[in-house]
Amino acid sequence: MTTEKSTSRSKKYEGLAETRELLDEAGMRTVLSRMADGILATGLESSLVLVGIRTGGVYVAERLGALIAARVGHAVPLGMMDITLYRDDVFGGLAKPVIGSTELPTSIEGRTVVLVDDVLFTGRTTRAALAELIDFGRPEAVRLAVLVDRGHRELPIQADFVGIDVPTTRAELVNVMFREIDGVDRVVLRQRGAR
Amino acid sequence: MSRPFRHLLDIESLTRGEILTILGLAQKMWEVSERSVKKVPTLRGKTIVGLFLEASTRTRSSFELAGKRLSADVINISGSGSSTSKGETLLDTVKNLDAMSPDVIVLRHSSSGAPHFIASRVRCAVVNAGDGTHEHPTQALLDCATMMKHKGSLEGKTVAIVGDVAHSRVARSNIHALTKLGANVRVAGPRTLMPVDIGAMGATVFERVEPAITDADVVMVLRLQSERQEAGLIPNTREYSRYFGVNSRNIELAKPDAIVMHPGPINRGVELEPELADGSRSVILEQVTYGVAVRMAVLYLVAGGTLDEG
Repeated sequence: MTTEKSTSRSKKYEGLAETRELLDEAGMRTVLSRMADGILATGLESSLVLVGIRTGGVYVAERLGALIAARVGHAVPLGMMDITLYRDDVFGGLAKPVIGSTELPTSIEGRTVVLVDDVLFTGRTTRAALAELIDFGRPEAVRLAVLVDRGHRELPIQADFVGIDVPTTRAELVNVMFREIDGVDRVVLRQRGAR
Repeated sequence: MSRPFRHLLDIESLTRGEILTILGLAQKMWEVSERSVKKVPTLRGKTIVGLFLEASTRTRSSFELAGKRLSADVINISGSGSSTSKGETLLDTVKNLDAMSPDVIVLRHSSSGAPHFIASRVRCAVVNAGDGTHEHPTQALLDCATMMKHKGSLEGKTVAIVGDVAHSRVARSNIHALTKLGANVRVAGPRTLMPVDIGAMGATVFERVEPAITDADVVMVLRLQSERQEAGLIPNTREYSRYFGVNSRNIELAKPDAIVMHPGPINRGVELEPELADGSRSVILEQVTYGVAVRMAVLYLVAGGTLDEG
């Protein structure tokens, strides 16, 4: 499963020139740590549920979960969500090779759900995630945490917790790499068309 | 990014990769059916017409639920209530339906090849829900999903299919699917109910049940249709039951963890002993559960979803 995903993820970036490093391993650690502090500063930890959006968001959510758990001294409920069936472009050729399962660890009724994704771009994934989430219940509140906000929103959606803000052009791709699947923690900017 | 198929007409023309892709997707769809809100918006605005010109309970309701759980609009037409009972030809019926711009027609028909015949003559996608004695692809897919749930990969597993293989579209579709997935397929039944070309499909033929189910991982029992006795293919159902029925005695020849399957509807006490059908080895109702998930996956794909081969 993991190998399939990692192949498809790396295939997407195959042959695309790396133009700039946005975060190295230490940088990613610092940014995640700051995000975890930000989430805790809101005082929601007692009702908190972290939900990662597949695939990249799951790894970010796991990291944030571990960091928060280390700070508060107990585990934080962690879920994951595959929003493919809720996309508004299901038939536009964007479906993924494997549609993963949606697994929520606990009832989200009355909880504060922090949706977690690696990159916030058009906002359409977030919209789909919100639609899927409310099919599972009525959370007290939903917040959004993203490692990279690259701009170009097509919907009125903003993140509550942002790792880094990166102005990009539409021809650029933000490639977030995770130790679990790519062997290294790194975020780089790649250029479409520059081979 | 590729679409595995525009229609789903048979298993024979699918590749192993395509079958696994559908089964993988069905796993996700199964998860949707386990939720309290059993509905996702994926096929919103799509229209599915079920045209069931031959009796069907399970398959019809399964396709209908599958479509509805994906938010498609589903209508079902059955043989007796349709214009075919007034003498309209299949092609005319289908072309009229097609003129109302559905996205998918799901067809059950007593003539082998009927879905292939209409597929090239309509604009919408066609899904075969069982055609004569030819194929019943979604049944084989749900059977494989059930087997994989219990046995993991089917590579090297032994599956015994017992009964009226000659008239069984379920058997044909399963033989194609199982051999593509690397299983050893055995078939057993009276010689009068065994197609002559069955060896060419990759199955090993047995004339008696006992050797066929010995050490099998899966025993799939087929329905014996009463018409077979009228046609003189078997002496009577009691004798059939004695020689070819699967029961709590002969099932002991199979592996200790062997599962028992049946596509339904069951003739209790004819091809399958009631205690076995309701016993701990039986996965018959799980087959029905997976049916909805597999049909959701198929409808998603033919209605326009795209997938890479898994």
